[in-house]
Amino acid sequence: MGYQWNWGVFLQPSASGDDTYLGWMFTGFKMTIALSLTAWVLALLLGALIGVLRTVPNKTLAGIAGAYVELFRNVPLLVQLFIWYFVLPELLPASIGNAYKQSDPVFQQFLASMVCLGLFTSARVAEQVRAGINSLPKGQKNAGLALGFTLAQTYRFVMLPMAFRLVVPPLTSEFLNIFKNSAVCSTIGLLELAAQGRQLVDYTAQPYESFIAVTLSYIIINVIVMTLMHKFEKRIAVPGYIGGK
Amino acid sequence: MIKIANVSKHYGSFQVLKDCTTSVSKGEVIVVCGPSGSGKSTLIKCVNGLEPFQAGDIVVNGISVGDPKTNLSKLRAQVGMVFQNFELFPHMSITQNLAIAQVKVLKRSQDEAMDKGLKLLDRVGLKAQADKFPGQLSGGQQQRVAIARALAMDPICMLFDEPTSALDPEMVNEVLDVMTELAQEGMTMMCVTHEMGFAKRVANRVIFMDQGAIVEDDSKDAFFSNPRSERAQQFLAKILHH
Amino acid sequence: MTYEFDWSSIPGALPFLWDGMKISLVITAQAVVIGIVWGTLLAMMRLSSIKPLSWFAAGYVNLFRAVPLVMVLLWFFLIVPSFIETLLDFPPGTDLRLSSAMMGFALFESAYYSEIIRAGIQSVPKGQIAAASALGMNYAQAMRLVVLPQAFRNMVPLLLTQAIILFQDTSLVYVSALADFFGAAYKVGDRDGRLVELLLFAGAVYFVICFSASQIVKRLQKKYHPA
Repeated sequence: MGYQWNWGVFLQPSASGDDTYLGWMFTGFKMTIALSLTAWVLALLLGALIGVLRTVPNKTLAGIAGAYVELFRNVPLLVQLFIWYFVLPELLPASIGNAYKQSDPVFQQFLASMVCLGLFTSARVAEQVRAGINSLPKGQKNAGLALGFTLAQTYRFVMLPMAFRLVVPPLTSEFLNIFKNSAVCSTIGLLELAAQGRQLVDYTAQPYESFIAVTLSYIIINVIVMTLMHKFEKRIAVPGYIGGK
Repeated sequence: MIKIANVSKHYGSFQVLKDCTTSVSKGEVIVVCGPSGSGKSTLIKCVNGLEPFQAGDIVVNGISVGDPKTNLSKLRAQVGMVFQNFELFPHMSITQNLAIAQVKVLKRSQDEAMDKGLKLLDRVGLKAQADKFPGQLSGGQQQRVAIARALAMDPICMLFDEPTSALDPEMVNEVLDVMTELAQEGMTMMCVTHEMGFAKRVANRVIFMDQGAIVEDDSKDAFFSNPRSERAQQFLAKILHH
Repeated sequence: MTYEFDWSSIPGALPFLWDGMKISLVITAQAVVIGIVWGTLLAMMRLSSIKPLSWFAAGYVNLFRAVPLVMVLLWFFLIVPSFIETLLDFPPGTDLRLSSAMMGFALFESAYYSEIIRAGIQSVPKGQIAAASALGMNYAQAMRLVVLPQAFRNMVPLLLTQAIILFQDTSLVYVSALADFFGAAYKVGDRDGRLVELLLFAGAVYFVICFSASQIVKRLQKKYHPA
């Protein structure tokens, strides 16, 4: 085959001189984590809100929330990303748009990526939250109201705590998706893990090692997230119900 | 205490309640029965406004349920309700289930609410289960907790929506005993139930519903000895057969 | 808002964009077919009692589901072609990259299809296999004649929904320089300096297609599984 394996390449000083190639990978790794976690917080907050709104009796609010979900679910992530990154700054009032365009390019890439991933994922989170709330026995809502809770109190004390527990397993897969989807952000030049992998191929001429290392990093992220979420699931399990004792 | 006047309700063109009129005085125990789909559960849910209705009015303790200006939460806090499927909150321990509405709705202190909750739990014979979760109790135990939870709000009357129909047969009596005791203490009660033995023991009046209408509204004795309508006769024949 | 829209470059570019759309649709169709066939095989391996088969299928599915599609496409665009070319000693100048990327896409989507199909098979009550065996069918017959037909009927809405997601995913072949619909829109926008209009146009086209398709799926679902 004639391919020269060389795993030592990662310890060689990188082309930029002040770092090793392993350091490049680590930088990409940190970027992937930072991007995914911040986007996840955004997705959870927005998704929970939109998901709850989809279940309220008020038709207008539920309709707006439904339109939000459809919009973000029916346009490919890559297209959304390019719209956030290339289109939106043009459409903002000149003063804000220009300030954004003159800011640090890495900041621009990160902000567009975070908002894009966050909103994209929030639509999926919202669907899970809605499904969780709708899967609660209808009597729970009535029981809350019958005790004199207002609708808001019934959501807060009765429905959301249970829905939240039901929703954790499906949300785990959305949480995993956000790490994977963050690789899409390499297309606008953000130097996260996948982009660093590509760069390593160009600089080291050791494509196999580079891609294997990056692929393994994603697998490691996957395993860590699954383990943590599994522990979390156990901790919030309700005694006497599925998952609890 | 409860006045139901000409209440009608429909989903689209389907009429669930047809011009229902009756009343419950203070201290009275009313049993509502009838075949499934007769509207009895819907009627009782209208009493505390869980189901909206399109025509007529219901007045509970002088407050109109149908009036859009009525603060329904405030009204419901005074009317206890027990559901067919218990509807304890599965993520809270038994004591938390008993305390939460006292604290959040009646603004009692946590200690006061706990105290009251434990007393009532003792009364329904479940003091030992205080720290368990609903999923760890049997159906009969859960329903007794649900009754205690409703009583903890110091209700002026109690609504029971088929409280024993989701229970295994051997657990029915433990719940009926609690309800009987409650009736004997003078609680105003409106009970949707098929338990005719309970009705015979404690009811003052029996209401028989069919196809959304109140067909019979009689004293207990009149109802059981001499039901006027044919449908009620058939119903009783079926249910008392065994 | 100071931006002045100029949509004039779109009408002339429509034939080119349509070519791109055809590529997107071909990739989608190819990946759906391979995904369902290969995915079914994987699902059956996964549920098989022959351990090595079940391990292979589990490993395959978990690997592809742990790795981003972008990475898979890069593997199949940059690494796999040269590997195959050296391995099979292809004449220099053969370009396998595009077909390789398309294959990578289909192999990736198969992992997701296999999970849907596995759940579908498992949703058929176990008694059905017992009943089929009692009638004298062997395992393969029981699967083919009894279990899979029921499983697929239950799965149709999910398989179609996955096809819509897959269609959206095709935009990512952008990283492998395949000129799909999105790649075409980007090229036109870049060429004419009208990226804003072309990207919004592309987004609107995807939205209309995917939204309509998902509404049709919803209707099918109501027709076949009235809740």
